[in-house]
Amino acid sequence: MMTTTETKKAAPPIQVKTLRKSFGRHKVLNGIDLAVAHGETLSVLGQSGTGKSVLLKIVIGLQQPDSGSVRIYGQEVTGLARPQLNEIRKKIGFLFQNSALYDSLTVEQNVAFPLERHGDLSDAERKKRVRELLSTVGMEKDLDKLPGQISGGMQKRVGLARALALSPDILLFDEPTAGLDPITASEIDALILKMQKEGNMTSIVVTHDLPSARAISDRLALMRDGQILIEGSFKDLQASKDEFVVQFLSRSS
Amino acid sequence: MASSSAADLRRARKTSQPALTALLVRFFEWFGDLGFFCLQLVRTVFVPPYEAREFAHQLDELGSKSLPLVALAGAATGVVLSLETRDSLVSFGAKSLLPALLVVSIIKESGPIITGLIVSGRVAAGIGAELGAMKVTEQIDAMEASAVDSYKYLAATRILACVLMLPLLTLAADFCGIFFGWVTNTLTEPISLQLFIENGFKHVTFNDFLPPTFKTAVFGLIIGLISCFQGMRAQGGTEGVERAATSSVVLSSLFIILADVLLVRLIQEFLP
Repeated sequence: MMTTTETKKAAPPIQVKTLRKSFGRHKVLNGIDLAVAHGETLSVLGQSGTGKSVLLKIVIGLQQPDSGSVRIYGQEVTGLARPQLNEIRKKIGFLFQNSALYDSLTVEQNVAFPLERHGDLSDAERKKRVRELLSTVGMEKDLDKLPGQISGGMQKRVGLARALALSPDILLFDEPTAGLDPITASEIDALILKMQKEGNMTSIVVTHDLPSARAISDRLALMRDGQILIEGSFKDLQASKDEFVVQFLSRSS
Repeated sequence: MASSSAADLRRARKTSQPALTALLVRFFEWFGDLGFFCLQLVRTVFVPPYEAREFAHQLDELGSKSLPLVALAGAATGVVLSLETRDSLVSFGAKSLLPALLVVSIIKESGPIITGLIVSGRVAAGIGAELGAMKVTEQIDAMEASAVDSYKYLAATRILACVLMLPLLTLAADFCGIFFGWVTNTLTEPISLQLFIENGFKHVTFNDFLPPTFKTAVFGLIIGLISCFQGMRAQGGTEGVERAATSSVVLSSLFIILADVLLVRLIQEFLP
């Protein structure tokens, strides 16, 4: 007989069922179903304004859905009390679209911020951990710079280091390559791949950058009108005869 | 002609009714959201970890850095009160009452209200703009995503710092007001500071001094609460930040004046 903990471990890391969310009369999510297996990377594609970012924010409990369910390792996230929600959030790293670095803190302080509040590292251990994380993303030389003093690509790297600070099991990426030049974007892709392989992490990547999604994902899901239109490998998407899928792939390639 | 203007009036009424309803809905929504914000704060503020380092930082940021401005405003009030009342008192032959009048008016009303409004201008705008910018650039979301309670880290620390610092800043404003009131007075007609203080405080009791000073803790609560609330609900880019900053100052100043009326009446009733 399985214990509750084992049941939770056996449950998929992320499971989303019939998720609905409206802003006023505008239905952003209209019955989303998704499941992401352990160690898998799912890219959610779609046009701008189709609710991809809202989906991620609901998964981590930053927004509440109108109806539906989000389970992380079998535990329902929607409507969860803050202490329990925070325990779940510690298992999740989130890379924001514009990095969302704390602009009054230095690069080093940004990465140290979650570590200062969670875990029991001494000052010296924390400093070492921050330097390790920044070294992994190639930002160890810019410890004392403020976010406003570094480029967009560098901010993404620091954001990634901060997302990894609490050694999460799950990573959520909101447009990780948006606004970056192709070379920097492919560097970020390579970093994400490296993190996923080293940490065997489960990820959802929200993007409209198809080449990036192909490079870092095991599976793709294309959203339209608040629903998942098609889900599968890139080949499955290519094989689709749906006019919107064909148009999206040809435009993005 | 008359029927056309009556029709215009009816049309104007029809269009203004939904606008009025929307305004009322927004008004009650605002108070509802503020109530929910207070509830969230109360829920989190007593639960560890306590953000002591951030609280100390805010004491410095909101309190110590407001000191020069508050001291200057207090000094200016003392000078103006001394100049304005002197002529009137001389014409009534009551010149000797000047120290008492100055001291009582500063410690009972001018010092507290000037401090409240000056800090509201400086601090509420700062908090509203800072938290508003953090909200629209998703920094508050990033904090929450890192399992850090933004109500506790950002709002509770700032509100408590305001509550604690306002009475202390009021003391500074009172001191500067009385001191520069004496300086102004003594430039016209020399009088020793000791005599000025003795005359000024002759009829002052603790009930004249403590309640008006400690009522500014309520002003601090208003400044901290309103500006954190307005900042943390900002939306819509730089325009949203500007709205958050402006509304923080306007609303906290307005509520301070209203609270002052109520508190003065309560003090008169219960601590005569």
